[in-house]
Amino acid sequence: MLELKHVSKHVDGVGHIRDVSLRLESGSLNVLLGPTLSGKTTVMRLMAGLDKPTSGQVLVNGQDMTGVSVRKRDVAMVYQQFINYPALTVYENIASPLRVAGVKGAEVDKQVRKAADLMKLTPYLERTPLNLSGGQQQRTAIARALVKGAHLVLMDEPLANLDYKLREELRDELPKIFSESGAVFVYATTEPTEALLLGGRTATLHEGHISQFGDTLDVYRNPQDIITAQTFSDPPLNILGLTKKGGEFRTSNGTLIPASEEEKRLPDGHYKAGFRPHHLYLHRQSAEAVSLPAKVDVSEITGSESFVHVTCLNHRWVALEHGIHNVEVDAEIEVFVDAKNFMIFDDEGRSAASLMAVNA
Amino acid sequence: MSTTTGTAAIDSGLAAGGQAPRRKARAKAMRTGSRYSFLVPTFYITFLMLPIYWLFNMSLKTNQEILSKFTLWPDEPTLANYMVIFTDPSWYNGYINSITYVALNTLISVAVALPAAYAFSRYKFVGDKHLFFWLLTNRMAPPAVFALPFFQLYSAFGLIDTHIAVALAHCLFNVPLAVWILEGFMSGVPKEIDETAYIDGYSFPKFFLKIFTPLIASGIGVAAFFCFMFSWVELLIARTLTTTAAKPIAATMTRTVSASGMDWGVLAAAGILTIIPGALVIWFVRNYIAKGFALGRV
Repeated sequence: MLELKHVSKHVDGVGHIRDVSLRLESGSLNVLLGPTLSGKTTVMRLMAGLDKPTSGQVLVNGQDMTGVSVRKRDVAMVYQQFINYPALTVYENIASPLRVAGVKGAEVDKQVRKAADLMKLTPYLERTPLNLSGGQQQRTAIARALVKGAHLVLMDEPLANLDYKLREELRDELPKIFSESGAVFVYATTEPTEALLLGGRTATLHEGHISQFGDTLDVYRNPQDIITAQTFSDPPLNILGLTKKGGEFRTSNGTLIPASEEEKRLPDGHYKAGFRPHHLYLHRQSAEAVSLPAKVDVSEITGSESFVHVTCLNHRWVALEHGIHNVEVDAEIEVFVDAKNFMIFDDEGRSAASLMAVNA
Repeated sequence: MSTTTGTAAIDSGLAAGGQAPRRKARAKAMRTGSRYSFLVPTFYITFLMLPIYWLFNMSLKTNQEILSKFTLWPDEPTLANYMVIFTDPSWYNGYINSITYVALNTLISVAVALPAAYAFSRYKFVGDKHLFFWLLTNRMAPPAVFALPFFQLYSAFGLIDTHIAVALAHCLFNVPLAVWILEGFMSGVPKEIDETAYIDGYSFPKFFLKIFTPLIASGIGVAAFFCFMFSWVELLIARTLTTTAAKPIAATMTRTVSASGMDWGVLAAAGILTIIPGALVIWFVRNYIAKGFALGRV
């Protein structure tokens, strides 16, 4: 079990990590999700013990490990860049943590071959890492982490530099391999889709702060605040400004949108509705859908899907539609939204659900 | 130049951009472009090699032939001059002395520069950039400036006329250079390799020897080469700090006027033997040096 307690990290007086508290269970898969520069790598370095937090504590199995050298910790880490020991063969690269730990020769050989087999590296054991392809290099690094059998396994965007097919393969394999070992598995990524595919638990990171931590699907469906919803959305979340009066929301052009029973209990005032790009329609999908006027900015087609970027009531939105939709740029069109897809946030970004929980 | 590249471009265009045809086209363009262009490098190399050849030529002649007539090659080639050097201790000791303090100096310089360069490449500390630049300024003063203080200092410590005295004095010039060169090579190694090694559990010395040193081996080669070269060539300090027991070969060569006049042949043979070690070292590190140039550190 790994626990961060109010951990902060400042570099030259600038706060990189602000008050991060996390509790990661043994044998669990944890995803750190956040855009670049959100502090994922820094959080991982703090977890590993490569950096010392400015304030706060790092506990491993209840024992305070803050400031303990990384050499004395039971950690394995895989970087986004392919980091191996270029002077050693793949075999020696994988064997390296065992050799340092003083494991006997025959046992080393057994474990290295097992890990190499799992990572499909057996034919390349006698080569040096720089003579391998990128994917093989990264698999060597993963095999080394695997062989160590560490209690804490950190992977910092390990698949970001790999091609699509390899990425899919390894993304399926990795959690399975490491969950068997009972380790705390932490996986950092910038891609919301990757977090959803991995499952487990997700912590969304925004500007060095954990905005939410919970079961991946729960964080995706019920974000506590607008920042979490935005972090966990790709393409970006669409946001519509609304004014609530009585049982209805009113848009800036006067369109009325009925509020749900729960939302009716919110006090009157300004709100923001967040909804995902695949919930912005170019055609009416249901009787309850509300039509809004929009102007097309750009339209992109990626094979089977179309992204249509529109400006609607001074908001810039993206619509994700299946199939190929050719829409003329600058065309005035109608777009449709459905209130049942809305996630309502107040002016400060707190979600309606969390507001009502506080009121109740 | 413009005409040659133009032809090459057209040719390669016709050959649909193949690598081999393009090379052939360029070679052809160079052939037709200037038929006599080979003359320039030929003259240049001849001029460069002439003194070395003449030295070699003299070393195989007798004193009598050197002084009496002008010959392009020895009338009666003799190895007697070389025999003198290899049999007379006052000659061959010069070589032994030089090689001893040069090797000592190279060893000390690289050993000291390795941790220093590692610190400069991996850690941030107050004034690191200034200190790094200041190191180089040590090389801006001519060695003559330091001859007097070194002489005074080493006299006080009784180090005069020892190999270690010269080796240490040369460190003043070689350590900064070695640090400068090694820092460039070390900064080319990603910091994550260090961290991965620490995560794997390596202690610092073990990491440095087993993981890191092989990665900067060419850098160490280049640094050692430059230390060797400076120390081997430097005469002033080496001569000031020695009298007999550690006298360098270059100093021996400047003191060969005997009662019977100058011994030209032996002197020439000594010159040839002095060139050889440098040439050998250059041969071994030539590929690494190209890498050093690519890093902009040589």
